Amino acid sequence: MGLLAIMLAVLLAACGGSGGSAGPGDDPGSLTVYSGRSDTLVGPLLQGFEDATGIDVSVKYAGTPQLAATILEEGGNTPADVFFAQDPGGLSAVSDLMTPLPDSVLSKVPQWASSPSGDWAGVSGRARTVVYNTDRLTPSDLPADLTGFTNPKWKGRIGWAPANASFQTMVTAMRVMWGEDETLRWLEGIQANEPKVYPKNTPIVAAAAAGEIDVGLVNHYYLHRFLAEQGESFAARNYHPTAGGPGAIVMVSGVGILSASNNRANANRFVEFLLSESSQQYFVDETFEYPLAAGIPVAHGVTPLFEVNTPDLSSADLADLEGTQKLLRSAGVIP
Amino acid sequence: MSLTSIKTVGLRLLTGGRNTPPVVIWAPAVLVGAALLLPLVYLVVRTLDSGGDVWDLLYRQRVAAILGRTILLIISVTAASVVLALPLAWLTARTDIPFRRGWIVLSALPLVIPSYVAGFIVIAALGPRGMLQQALESPFNIDRLPDIHGFAGAMLTLTFLSFPYVVLTVRAALLRIDPSLEESSRGLGMGSWATFFSVTLPLLRPGIAAGGLLVALYTLSDFGAVSLLHYETFTWAIFVQYEAALDRTLGAGLSLALVVLALAIVGLEVFSRGRARYYSSSTSASRPPTIVRLGTWRWPALAFCTAVVAVSLAAPMSVLGYWVARGISAGEPVNVVWEAVGNSVYIAALAATAAVVAALPVAALSVRYHGALSGLLERLSYVGFALPGIAIALALVFFGARYAPPLYQTTGLLLLAYVVLFLSPALGAVRTSLLQISPRIEEAARSLGNSPLRAFSSVTLPVARPGLLAGWALVFLLVMKELPATLILSPIGFNTLATSIWSAASEAFFARAALPALLLIAASAIPLAFLMLRERR
Repeated sequence: MGLLAIMLAVLLAACGGSGGSAGPGDDPGSLTVYSGRSDTLVGPLLQGFEDATGIDVSVKYAGTPQLAATILEEGGNTPADVFFAQDPGGLSAVSDLMTPLPDSVLSKVPQWASSPSGDWAGVSGRARTVVYNTDRLTPSDLPADLTGFTNPKWKGRIGWAPANASFQTMVTAMRVMWGEDETLRWLEGIQANEPKVYPKNTPIVAAAAAGEIDVGLVNHYYLHRFLAEQGESFAARNYHPTAGGPGAIVMVSGVGILSASNNRANANRFVEFLLSESSQQYFVDETFEYPLAAGIPVAHGVTPLFEVNTPDLSSADLADLEGTQKLLRSAGVIP
Repeated sequence: MSLTSIKTVGLRLLTGGRNTPPVVIWAPAVLVGAALLLPLVYLVVRTLDSGGDVWDLLYRQRVAAILGRTILLIISVTAASVVLALPLAWLTARTDIPFRRGWIVLSALPLVIPSYVAGFIVIAALGPRGMLQQALESPFNIDRLPDIHGFAGAMLTLTFLSFPYVVLTVRAALLRIDPSLEESSRGLGMGSWATFFSVTLPLLRPGIAAGGLLVALYTLSDFGAVSLLHYETFTWAIFVQYEAALDRTLGAGLSLALVVLALAIVGLEVFSRGRARYYSSSTSASRPPTIVRLGTWRWPALAFCTAVVAVSLAAPMSVLGYWVARGISAGEPVNVVWEAVGNSVYIAALAATAAVVAALPVAALSVRYHGALSGLLERLSYVGFALPGIAIALALVFFGARYAPPLYQTTGLLLLAYVVLFLSPALGAVRTSLLQISPRIEEAARSLGNSPLRAFSSVTLPVARPGLLAGWALVFLLVMKELPATLILSPIGFNTLATSIWSAASEAFFARAALPALLLIAASAIPLAFLMLRERR
């Protein structure tokens, strides 16, 4: 009996003492953020906001897709005031539950980097790139655009992550720029070269440096984290396709305010803070990303955006994830 | 017919008809069952939203291929885990092997290594141009190892992560076997080996089946290891829907298909358990078993234990240690997050307690009043264990945010999620130990004037203690590393070691991920060691 009684007592005490979440914000001094960008990445920035404003910030960190699904399930009962997401896909999925941002915010970032309806604004940018093994290749060995990788000489040498959101956004760009048929041919051409499949970008960059693959289709900033942790001898570098095209698109992380929030003033302050000069500098220094507000140079070793041959696409052009997934399925790239 | 008699008749029908379970058993059991139903209800609701797309997806050829690969992986991992675990369980339960208690703790700890961490470690250590190959390169001029990606890598990784399930359940069963059965076998002239194979092993069947079932369902539910090692399974396909496609309806539909697969596996276990009785008629079950003196056999025995612990625990910890050291030498900030350590231990201990408490009425029902109700509850508990954590978490978001906003994102709802996810490991262990206690003992207690509850708690529970502790330890370790439900359902700002690892690893900061991973193993070892040291034998 003793064991059971102790277990029950502990449980009851725990349940009675719970209730850690802040109520959906009638307190003017608080803000609840759902962040699809991890604590490691943006934690110090959010702490900076709290320190600067005195606003009590509560953050729920999880993957952008999980948080988007969570917000959709919560609907009007969501405790979140703000959704800070890794990619436009997650933001677009919940845009019905968002309220438009003020023009003063939207005007700070280029038009292509925000939602056309003004539901969310871009905060920082990541370029698609090709990571290559420096022991085996130099940039002159690499094709001017991604179509070159369908050549059979790349058989068994390519790594990609077809389930990854950034990869799929790139395929969306292909559909917009090349059309469905040519995109399908490209996918089949790469498939014929038997690419190694990875769940996400990080292991691709590691694999390229280890020589497991010669080239990988990734986002630009993962490399810089490996370089920071392992030094300049890390045997991989980024290559931005010189002819541009879908392989050189820039994707944004972004932020939006949920309509269920009754904490608009603080939410607006937070969005403005993310686009302030000091926050934009934070992305340059700490995450090696591209700043979206004007006038801030990129980090050492990162190719400046004007040197990347970025195609002229807006975030709205890159919204049709569903069509991309249909295409990827019919090509047998994802199940 | 009065309401009470209708209820009695109904309960008899549901519980096999012999006698009616007391309300203190069936009422909490039904409550637990209602909680277990939540994810299924949610998945059905979401799947119905999808119209015909799910059937479209299921009929596609690649899903059939993925199903075949999943089943192949499940069978291999389960068989290999049983082969690894049986000697370990026997050596640590029934012999005088040196450092016996140490081996018990060390052989359980691999359970706490998150599978995505293990995946990264395996690739770094054994992958192309990995640590092993670089070590072999200069002395032996080996420039290519067999590729670890694919079936071999996934199978090895999952086996070394999940064999402790079988060690824990089989050990608990070994400790509860009435020694007089083995003694009479030997008294009748059978040798030690013959006794083991004809008496002990058949008595261990429920323990092996319970552990094997957990291994099989864990393999079914794993995403981290299979995705990093490029072995596409059913759960991988579900994650593609949730993560990449942001498609909750297709994710839910595939999850329901996974439920069917899980139920088929559970059916196999129930079938293998058969209708045999596993208790002895005497009341001597609490007598400690005889200890086998290993003699010179202790050297091969020690070598075996060392080898298993070296591969499953020491090797991954060394890789993690190397990452920490490399990060420090590169000037990475290394902060020990004590708050996360405390939160992890706190929530895992609470959840383990909750799961064992929830398992007790279900196990009692299953063992003493076996029938349709207990069968249903057991199967439901395994469904919770087999489903991807994201599906369970979204189900509780759906019900919590909609119908119980004050509970939403509180410790209470998080604990409920853990109970739904991990009831079956607790149930398996509790049930196995209750099975070995003769109902005659309780009857004797009741004939002396005790109520059924009192007879159960004062006679049965103390004897079932090893099973309860094994169940507690299992759930504790599982909650320590649980990620999807913790991320989504925890109170805002509640960071655990698992979420710290995830946060750093998902951004490729290996040094920052490795330290909390090492702390996760250390923080799990301490309560586990405490439990094992208190055990009588």
